[in-house]
Amino acid sequence: MDKIPILRMGAFLLVTIQVDLYDRLALNLEADLVQMVNKTNAKGVLIDISAVSIVDSFMGRIIGNIASMSKILDAETVVVGMQPAVAITLIELGLPLKGVHTALDMEKGMNLLRSMIDVDDENEDLESEENDFITE
Amino acid sequence: MILSLSKDTVQVLKETDVVFLRNRVKEVAVKIKMGLVNQTRLLTAASELVRNMMRYANGGVCMIEVVSSGRMNGVRLTFSDSGPGIPDIAAAMRDGFSTGRSLGLGLPGTKRLVNEFDIKSKVGEGTVVTILKWANG
Repeated sequence: MDKIPILRMGAFLLVTIQVDLYDRLALNLEADLVQMVNKTNAKGVLIDISAVSIVDSFMGRIIGNIASMSKILDAETVVVGMQPAVAITLIELGLPLKGVHTALDMEKGMNLLRSMIDVDDENEDLESEENDFITE
Repeated sequence: MILSLSKDTVQVLKETDVVFLRNRVKEVAVKIKMGLVNQTRLLTAASELVRNMMRYANGGVCMIEVVSSGRMNGVRLTFSDSGPGIPDIAAAMRDGFSTGRSLGLGLPGTKRLVNEFDIKSKVGEGTVVTILKWANG
């Protein structure tokens, strides 16, 4: 059984979908991801779909579900790396993915997530340490 | 006049067959030099139709054809199942109509993605959906 890995990076969860999605795999990802958000107290979820060549109505719905489910668990979702052809197809299909934040690439997605999430104490400490280091 | 140049059938009975079918369709589309956006449209349409077949009819058969009409080449897919059939095709073709708990975009969305779309269904006998996408259409 295929499984899509979910990586934790600080307060964020990273998911890179590298395989062709089929329905069961997408449903499992939805369940795993929502559970991980709860378990790790994640504040943000970043889903990289740059290797996904097609998104149909079912997968689009799953992406929307993940965003809404994460939202009510107090985590923001950003989908990054959508191929232009996939964007064209989604709109023609009639699935504008409302309520899902998107960014062009991983870096922009990460910045978007950071800007959406209040910087918590831990991060502030880290930043001030970095600043100290630079001044020394 | 549309001529069929090659013909291939794929049985779809379990979910992993869906991935296999998508790959076969992609191969054929690449072979006739279909552009990337049209390939994506065709594959997405195929994905929608094969899901319907799996969900409502427990699977079926897909025929993949390379077709030609003068200077144009294209891919024609015919999805046949022997499921329960669709009692009201006009309703099924409306955006947002669904008897399963889905978004109801499958059939109308698919029609928007392809050049030709045909659906025939008999209650109790099954459904046949044919779509055609030209390489540059």
